[in-house]
Amino acid sequence: MSQERRLLITASPHLGTRDSTPKIMWHVVLSLVPVAAAAAYFFGASALLVIAGALLGALLTEGAFAGWGTLRDGSAVITGLLLALTLPPGLPVWMAFVGGAFAIGFGKLIFGGLGQNVFNPALLGRAFLQAAFPVALTTWPVPRGSFWQLKGDNLALPFTHPHAVDTVTGATPLGLMKFDHVPTEPWRLVLGTTGGSLGETSGLVILLCGAYLALRNYLNWRIPASIFLTVALLAQVLHALDPRQFPDAVFMLFSGGLMLGSVFMATDLVTSPVTNLGCWVFGAGIGLLVVVIRLWGGLAEGVMYAILLMNALVPFINRATQPKVFGHASPRAAP
Amino acid sequence: MIFRGFRHGVHPPELKDLTAHVRIRRMPFPSEVVIPLRQHTGRPARAIVRPGDRVERGDLVAEADGFLSVPMHASAAGRVRQVRLWPHPDGSYAPAVVIAVDPFSPQAQRPRVIPDWRGLTPAELVNAIRQAGVVGLGGAAFPTHVKLTPPKDVVIDTLLVNGAECEPYLTTDHRSMAEYPERVHLGIRIMMRVLGVSRAIIGVEENKPDAIAALRATLPADLDVRVQPMRVKYPQGAEKMLIKTLLGREVPSGKLPMHVGVVVQNVASVATIAEVFETGLPLIERIVTVTGRGVGRPSNLIVPVGTKVRDLLDACGGLLPEAREIVFGGPMMGNAQADLDAPVIKGTTGVVVLTEEDLKPQASYPCIRCGHCLDACPVFLNPQLLGRLAVKERYDEMEQHHLADCMLCGCCGYTCPSNIPLPQLFALAKAALRKRKAAA
Repeated sequence: MSQERRLLITASPHLGTRDSTPKIMWHVVLSLVPVAAAAAYFFGASALLVIAGALLGALLTEGAFAGWGTLRDGSAVITGLLLALTLPPGLPVWMAFVGGAFAIGFGKLIFGGLGQNVFNPALLGRAFLQAAFPVALTTWPVPRGSFWQLKGDNLALPFTHPHAVDTVTGATPLGLMKFDHVPTEPWRLVLGTTGGSLGETSGLVILLCGAYLALRNYLNWRIPASIFLTVALLAQVLHALDPRQFPDAVFMLFSGGLMLGSVFMATDLVTSPVTNLGCWVFGAGIGLLVVVIRLWGGLAEGVMYAILLMNALVPFINRATQPKVFGHASPRAAP
Repeated sequence: MIFRGFRHGVHPPELKDLTAHVRIRRMPFPSEVVIPLRQHTGRPARAIVRPGDRVERGDLVAEADGFLSVPMHASAAGRVRQVRLWPHPDGSYAPAVVIAVDPFSPQAQRPRVIPDWRGLTPAELVNAIRQAGVVGLGGAAFPTHVKLTPPKDVVIDTLLVNGAECEPYLTTDHRSMAEYPERVHLGIRIMMRVLGVSRAIIGVEENKPDAIAALRATLPADLDVRVQPMRVKYPQGAEKMLIKTLLGREVPSGKLPMHVGVVVQNVASVATIAEVFETGLPLIERIVTVTGRGVGRPSNLIVPVGTKVRDLLDACGGLLPEAREIVFGGPMMGNAQADLDAPVIKGTTGVVVLTEEDLKPQASYPCIRCGHCLDACPVFLNPQLLGRLAVKERYDEMEQHHLADCMLCGCCGYTCPSNIPLPQLFALAKAALRKRKAAA
């Protein structure tokens, strides 16, 4: 009997893949590190301050309301990091902190925690910040100056007006294009030496990190592929019709938050479709909305709203794209 | 033929090296055998012996109860000790005939119980197979004589012999094909005669090249029998997947293979049919793979039906200190055993002793809708949705989402990063729905 007492009784299957939800989450965190490092390279200490603020807000909120144990699954770290990467480098740290807290509290926990939320928490946090602090969220420093030189009033006290700091700000490539019809050289967009939020600069780094996750099957490659294809196709057609008014595909793909959004936010497992066909539809919807908002909307950038809108449609997409169950279509009769 | 295979499925580690090249040997008779009356799909057999009765090897101890049932036979000579409830490999207690094995008996076989096959008509062959208590030896233990008597209006054109053995660890079919290819071919000959079909295909996963070579070397010249290697993928050995792979036919939901003109028989069952007619003995022993890193000497053994797993493990060097879980069948669909007195039954393909490192971790997380389960499900269900419904006991909705098509293969549970026990939830839901229907 002593032998039996040591034995486990569990349900089949008794084997599993070596993947686990925390492992997937921490791999996403790991793959965001180069993106954050690129931000630090371009924007110096300011980038690190904003990241720290958003992370702290996200982690403290998760710990306080969901219990400190759930921090170990890594999902709150992803939310904090992703939010930070959508913010301008000169943002006061306290705003980033509020954004992180909002993203976790109202983007995730209020729905019931991990796996239950409808919208991408980081983007919800950013949408909140954009509504609350519209000026601070649209002030874009240009990457230059020493590492330690702050790119804005990062250390402003909460609820004070940020001081105008002696840094150079400028329009983002999308703003330049939209409001002044000034294009940016493609190589600067790909490398990321342009103004913009922390993570919307280096498309190359983001693509490499995304490829790593896709190879490990930790993100569904069909979503970014579908977004890229849709945007490129629409942009190229429009560009051919009127090259002066509409930018070309390369510009559309590598400017703004499209890379970051397509690779790291639209692919959020929880808020994207579960079917592969659904992922194609979801990505195409995002791509279409991005082009429409960017070219005809009042905003220079539309990735955030495009993803949030499509998030809301995910339950319908899932339902509409259920694959045919084995043995259910008109089966071939026995010969 | 366009070789298509089935879609989805998973690639668990094969882990067959432990026993893939270990020759089959016969284990010594244990001191006691326990013959459960329920070892097959259908109604349990009815015991016809009483405590104190003397039985010889191959004697009838329980008779079939109706058509969807098979008789049970003594797997060793000895004296009936009692007929009582006994731990069953499925985790329950079930009535069983307990036989104290006579240590002095030569365990010789009596004169033929089963006649020679050569002179028999198809109907007589089916009857003999039924009398011999033959069931499918791949795990589900469906009575073979039922499969061999399709309704009159059904036309069978192909016999598929299932040598996929897609479960990790198991090598019983592999060794049978490699060591007894003639027996497999004789079994096929008998089954083809019974079914009146002219074509048979043996599907073997290509990780068993020696089995494929042995079968090909012994192909009978006068029969249309083909050996088809298949790409390794789980659950290739599931009937519907095998038919899809070998013939490209899709068995309609709720229907049987015969509705697409096919009878599928496990290769071990085919070999057993041949053996039954060769030796004249009913099905009283089977080949069992005893394997895993938690057992002393992984082996392929000929085991008398009713041998307690305790005795079986002793015959294989015993449990090692690191043994953590004992599974009957393969690790994807098999049952963990709580009691080492549970006996090997006709459907026991293997006994796998797993260690801590082999087992998936026990921690579970919320579903993150990664969709990996949808990509794994070979029948294209939506396991994450079914899992959510199961937790809330919304069984009627599960039925609308085709729970009935789930065959509990375990692919979704295998692939789930949150370690949600999806197959267990589905088994519970199926049981609840069955109970509800029986009550209505």
